[in-house]
Amino acid sequence: MITISPTLLTGCVALLCGWVVVGLAGLLRPGSLRFAGRTLFPLGALLGLALALLAGASLLGGGTERLILPVGLPDLPMHLRLDPLSSLFLLLLGASSFGISVFAGGYFRQGEGALPGLLCLQYHLFLASMGAVLLADDAYGFLVAWEVMALSSYFLVTTQHRIPEIRRAGFLYLLMAHVGAICLLLCFGVLQGGSWLFTFDAMRAAHLSPGWAAAAFLLALLGFGAKAGLVPVHVWLPEAHPAAPSPVSALMSGVMLKTAVYGMLRVGLDLLGRPVWWWGLAPLILGLLTIFYGVLFAAVQTDMKRLLAYSSIENIGIVFTGIGLTIVFEGSGLETVAALALLATLYHCLNHSFMKSLLFLGTGSVLHATGERNLGRLGGLIHRMPWVAWLTLIGTLAIAGLPPLNGFVSEWLLLQSFLFADHLPHAFVNLLIPMGMALVVLGAALAGYVMVKFYGVIFLGQPREASLAHAHDCGWLERIGLLWLALGCVALGLFPLQVIRALGAVTGQLIGAAVPQASSHWWLLAPVPGRPVSYGPLVFLTATLAVVFLTVLAVRLTYHQRVRRAPAWDCAFGGLTPRMQDTAEGFGQPIRHLFQSFFEIERELPAPADRTPRYRIAIRERIWRLAYEPLSNAVERLANAAARVQQGRISVYLLYGFVTLIVLLAVALMS
Amino acid sequence: MRALDWITQVLEVVAALAAAPVFLGWLNQCRAWLQNRRAPSLWLPYRSLHKLFHKEAVIADNASSLFRIAPYVVFGAMVLAAGIIPSMGTRLPLVVAADAIALVGLFAAARVFMSLAAMDVGTAFGTLGARREMMVGFLAEPALLMVIFVASLISSSTALPAITENLASGRIGLSPGLAFSAVAFVLVLLAENARIPVDNPATHLELTMIHEAMVLEYSARHLALMEWAAQLKLFNYVCIGFALFLPWGVARAHIGPVGLLVAIPALAVKLAAAGAGLALIETVSAKMRVMRIPEFLATAFLFAVLGLLVHVLLGA
Repeated sequence: MITISPTLLTGCVALLCGWVVVGLAGLLRPGSLRFAGRTLFPLGALLGLALALLAGASLLGGGTERLILPVGLPDLPMHLRLDPLSSLFLLLLGASSFGISVFAGGYFRQGEGALPGLLCLQYHLFLASMGAVLLADDAYGFLVAWEVMALSSYFLVTTQHRIPEIRRAGFLYLLMAHVGAICLLLCFGVLQGGSWLFTFDAMRAAHLSPGWAAAAFLLALLGFGAKAGLVPVHVWLPEAHPAAPSPVSALMSGVMLKTAVYGMLRVGLDLLGRPVWWWGLAPLILGLLTIFYGVLFAAVQTDMKRLLAYSSIENIGIVFTGIGLTIVFEGSGLETVAALALLATLYHCLNHSFMKSLLFLGTGSVLHATGERNLGRLGGLIHRMPWVAWLTLIGTLAIAGLPPLNGFVSEWLLLQSFLFADHLPHAFVNLLIPMGMALVVLGAALAGYVMVKFYGVIFLGQPREASLAHAHDCGWLERIGLLWLALGCVALGLFPLQVIRALGAVTGQLIGAAVPQASSHWWLLAPVPGRPVSYGPLVFLTATLAVVFLTVLAVRLTYHQRVRRAPAWDCAFGGLTPRMQDTAEGFGQPIRHLFQSFFEIERELPAPADRTPRYRIAIRERIWRLAYEPLSNAVERLANAAARVQQGRISVYLLYGFVTLIVLLAVALMS
Repeated sequence: MRALDWITQVLEVVAALAAAPVFLGWLNQCRAWLQNRRAPSLWLPYRSLHKLFHKEAVIADNASSLFRIAPYVVFGAMVLAAGIIPSMGTRLPLVVAADAIALVGLFAAARVFMSLAAMDVGTAFGTLGARREMMVGFLAEPALLMVIFVASLISSSTALPAITENLASGRIGLSPGLAFSAVAFVLVLLAENARIPVDNPATHLELTMIHEAMVLEYSARHLALMEWAAQLKLFNYVCIGFALFLPWGVARAHIGPVGLLVAIPALAVKLAAAGAGLALIETVSAKMRVMRIPEFLATAFLFAVLGLLVHVLLGA
């Protein structure tokens, strides 16, 4: 049955096995940080790079390969498949994990919870399971890989398991992961359509009635949405991301959330065949809601990793908005526009993977250098940690959606596909589209606000605590990791046309149409034939740099370049202190004030005559009180009611067994 | 034709650089007349720029290099923007680089750099200015985009010259959607350029200032670049307004060199009228409290969304 030939798919499987071996090797010397950090993590990083190369080759080739491995339960071999969609996400996994793993090699320190060797095993199992999710071609293998992914990442989140909050965050994560997994189980159960064959090929061939197909789609949306962090099933994300060590946060936010997007695309656009247009409304509306919700909460956070977690929620919202648009367009028979929307979706996945990993790793370096996660105790780090500060600046500008970096490209593509919506045959959707567009651009502008706050409060200004004077820049492994991801952001921003050509195979596979190129220039992005629309990031950058260069030259030649350093202007009152700068709370105040009704605010204000004034503000999500607490209370009541049956006496249990037997016999005799 | 395109391009950028300070001078002059004051010279902005460039730059002790780079980046962004907006002709070689969405992105990039630079020194004023500027920006930027989208939907393109070409061809009068957008655009223009009623360019009162708070730590050539960039921004916004709502007189693709000869005086007349109009608005309105600004901008945003809805509903 097994046919080993030197194909790309075999190579990918071998690399995933390599990750498992690297992880297991960590157990050889579990206590040695040097062995894990200097040998195993860089080795894992190289495997990631190799995986990215193989996946890239497969993506450019555009072919599909299959493999059946006789592992697992008897009669249930593991089906694997490498097609353009999985190649793209494998490329994303390999390329981001290269940067993250190199960084992780220099990041972990002695005495941080779990042993380094154990951490290495969990980390590489996590990577391998994500790869397996992307390659699986039957529901069985998919769900096993999905569960391994959830469990290994649970252990990684609870690395510092001695802290109660972290244990709590881990539990919440595990709970939501399993609620999602149950939905997926049911979804695959519906998808097999009575054939009881659980390979994806059988599911593609199955004919579902419209009602069941819609049910499968909604179950997939709920299941994958819970993993991706779609509102309202996002609550684990802002707890789990800050709890995990930074490279793990980067992996979870940068890569794991994308496996959920992969699953959504696989089920929604591949397994279910041609989608009905109104299915797309669910991800579209939820996505728009998620954008707005995520960015508002990001704006009022004071913990830097929590801020980034909410920003991830926002970006997942953008991705799901794109998926929704794709389905609406495809269902309405507009293949080219659907391809454009899908392109924006996929491009944003790639972008977010690089920029969010970069930012999470940047916060990790700051955390190590200062021991602080609270924005209110940071500041001025650009002087102490120039490498981290300048590389993080690239990620900050990229995620704020500023040209010519990568975040802008996907937003541009998404807006272009929105602008095509005037051809839709549904009046209701036609009205929804302008509202959606308004929310997307409002979200993008608010993301700029959030990112200025994030960067300005951490790296600029004066240090808010005296201890920050001892902050040090990161080590060379960490620098390489950050540099790789920053270069990824720049490259994705400057060469959109090349990326889009590579993505053409995926849109061809899922939609059956590629976005044609209206331009013949390699530096010009003009995806819309018949409309004179173009964006040329290279020209853009060159022109700006040329103007800047000429200005510098002109100013220097015509005038002079004398500079004098002096204390900052203090209105002649004297005594400027770092305390007078805006804190994170202060910078977010306008948003908190404007959107008061969205937040549950608990405030402690000092009285005017208070000698020892204390100001405290806590912001919670209303959704906890409105939905989750009633839900958890209901579950608890139900469990208590069920517990009445549980007496703890053996005679009662024997009675239960006896009664059951009698009932079953009676049923058997009746029929 | 290629050569003519490049000539138009260079001419536009040079004209923007030269005319932006005069435009501000003209605006101040009109305002002074309306308020029964003696007007300052039309050339005053030039003289202050010249003076500032001559001075020795004083930089705060803990300013990082970001602080010194920012004025050049902001200035560069505004010059590039001037090259993209079709103020004189619609055949601009640079325009392939950026459509209207990228133009808004360019403004956003300038704003982010300016805010970051304001936070760099770490004084209370700087961060206050940065926070307020971002507060103005997060509502003004989407409103501007929505305004542009109405015009884009009408013209089936997000490239500004194509929009101008289409609107100038006279087939379309001011459609209802565009009328709503025009109101929104004027509100955004006032907010984005720190004019009354959102910000008062003539004050250093901490309760109200936005733009001035951000550039408070700058001096000499850096301040000059920041000021010049602000003047260019005002000029650019006014020219975007012309391109979207008053596209008359712009040299269109098929006209040739004669078009340029018409375009220059036409632009001058439009600028003079716009300056007078802005001065009138500023004179009859009062500066509003900072926390009222979001309401003002939300109105603009709402008008822009309404414009889009009206356009979609009427199918115009």
